[in-house]
Amino acid sequence: MIKKFIILIFIFVPIKALALIEVDITRGNLNPLPLAVSPLSIDETSRKNFEQILDKENIGSEISLIVENNLRTSGLFNPLDKKAFLQAPDIANLKPRFEDWNLIKAQALITGKVNYIKDKLRVEFRLWDVLAGKEMMALAFTTVPTNWRRVGHIISDKVYERLTGEKGYFDTRIIYVAEEGPKTQRIKKLAIMDQDGANNKFLTLGNELVLTPRFNPASQMVTYLSYFKNMPRVYLLDIETGTQEVVGDFPGMTFAPRFSPDGKKIIMSFAKDGKSDIYTMNLETRLVERITNHPSIDTSPSYSPDGKYITFNSDRSGYQQIYVMKNDGSDVKRISFGNGLYGTPVWSPRGDLIAFTKLHKGKFYIGVMRTDGTGERLLTENYYQEAPSWSPNGRVLIFYRETKTNSKGEGFSAKLWSIDLTGYNERLIKTETDASDPSWSSLLSN
Amino acid sequence: MRLNKILKNALLVISAGIILTACATKKEVAVEAPKKEETKKEETKKEKEEVTKIEKIAGQMQGDVYIGTDTVKYLADGVADRVFFATNESILTTASRETLRAQAAWLRANSNITVVLEGHADERGTREYNLALGERRANAAKDYLMTYGVSSDRITVISYGKERPVDSGSNPLAWSKNRRSVTVKAN
Repeated sequence: MIKKFIILIFIFVPIKALALIEVDITRGNLNPLPLAVSPLSIDETSRKNFEQILDKENIGSEISLIVENNLRTSGLFNPLDKKAFLQAPDIANLKPRFEDWNLIKAQALITGKVNYIKDKLRVEFRLWDVLAGKEMMALAFTTVPTNWRRVGHIISDKVYERLTGEKGYFDTRIIYVAEEGPKTQRIKKLAIMDQDGANNKFLTLGNELVLTPRFNPASQMVTYLSYFKNMPRVYLLDIETGTQEVVGDFPGMTFAPRFSPDGKKIIMSFAKDGKSDIYTMNLETRLVERITNHPSIDTSPSYSPDGKYITFNSDRSGYQQIYVMKNDGSDVKRISFGNGLYGTPVWSPRGDLIAFTKLHKGKFYIGVMRTDGTGERLLTENYYQEAPSWSPNGRVLIFYRETKTNSKGEGFSAKLWSIDLTGYNERLIKTETDASDPSWSSLLSN
Repeated sequence: MRLNKILKNALLVISAGIILTACATKKEVAVEAPKKEETKKEETKKEKEEVTKIEKIAGQMQGDVYIGTDTVKYLADGVADRVFFATNESILTTASRETLRAQAAWLRANSNITVVLEGHADERGTREYNLALGERRANAAKDYLMTYGVSSDRITVISYGKERPVDSGSNPLAWSKNRRSVTVKAN
């Protein structure tokens, strides 16, 4: 299903590392950096060619809109109104008149050019430091025209990385569960979309209940729970080929699957006789290993990025709490000790934090704590929300939220939301249908 | 607490043929409100008032366990199809055990019938934990049917977690109806 995608990146001007502009990513969006995203300039022949192929009047403007939108939603940047721009896109790309951009208070400027070359889309862009009057970065990409949205995302990632010092998360996808119908009889389908909600596709038909899809590290495979033939089992789906196979074919329910960081194993829960324990299955050898053995419920396992530890949810203390153990199941330690119940621990891609859902006094929270349980920080409170998933750079969490119904049971909805690790920049992710169980892919290009 | 549950399960099996006396677990006490008041008078006073308020509105809950018949269907005359649970619990109440004994008697009398026990949770929990909790609840019902002479090969268990509520309301009464194990004829 993933389109064959090759992007050639040329660095055609050496990067002059004059780090005058720096965005402090840890501070939240109190002071987003004002920058100008000049529309990518395009010559008339190229414009007409792309109009024919892509049905977009000006693909240069469209790509710059994607960049603008991405940078704005990050909360770290404030793209300025294009109406205030004094310099035409083609001239700005050659040599910006910095005083003009300074006048509208832009601290950084993005310019670029789009060309149609032998059925291909060639995009070059430059990032300028307006105050210093210097070029910070210049890159060019060549790809098939239908990948134009991804070009916009890659530019966004490069700008984000150059200005914050950390990898971006824009050239990514979200796998989630699309929901429709009354609350008592929800129809659920697997769906996938770009991080900004574009290119939405349904991957299953809704004939059986599906839950909790999660990407493998290469973001080409998905593991999820399906009620196919009324047997809740863990499945594996190849997004590219559409092939599905059962991997958790145990004599009972298997659920809560996730990949190991090397993508070779699936870790999941197996429920039998009222107990749920954690198991792994090696996808190559099909070898099954039991990790926990306890009469309690052990579920929601998630590996540390180095694969050496597992965090999981257990009620062995009497109520749902978060635990950490070695990857062989030894050395189990409880790490959540605050008031309330804790669930859905997920290890951050940086390895230093665990995100979780907390239920306390009738409210649900998404929060983070250090891997030893210290430094608990609650980011958002609501009637019902759970199941955070990390952006690949560990800066943003995506989760789902359900609304309270009225006395007649009406008004139910499920939506995807994201929030920065700082606790700022809470955003609704628009989806065609109701949505839940989001999982963020890794960065598709690197 | 965990240990209590294990002990209780063991106890259940052992006391199969014997007349069931009151089980000495904490949660069992919680179901019988007056006893709770005696032991934890001050702490539970406010709680009790809230419970009373709910009972007045609904008249269908005891503690937070559903005792009404709104959603109940019947497998046969006098044989209710479902039992209800307290929040986060899988312990069978006195009423639940009575229901299950009636089911067991009906199953013993109709030896060709097989059943699926569908375990459910309310919407006030995380999805994955609720799947496990539904499984635990259905198994509590299964264990009890087995102690009353129903063979395990006639019983299949499935959990739906919070995925299939019967009542779509967001209030304690709706949640209490949704915390259930339903016995469904499979053939």
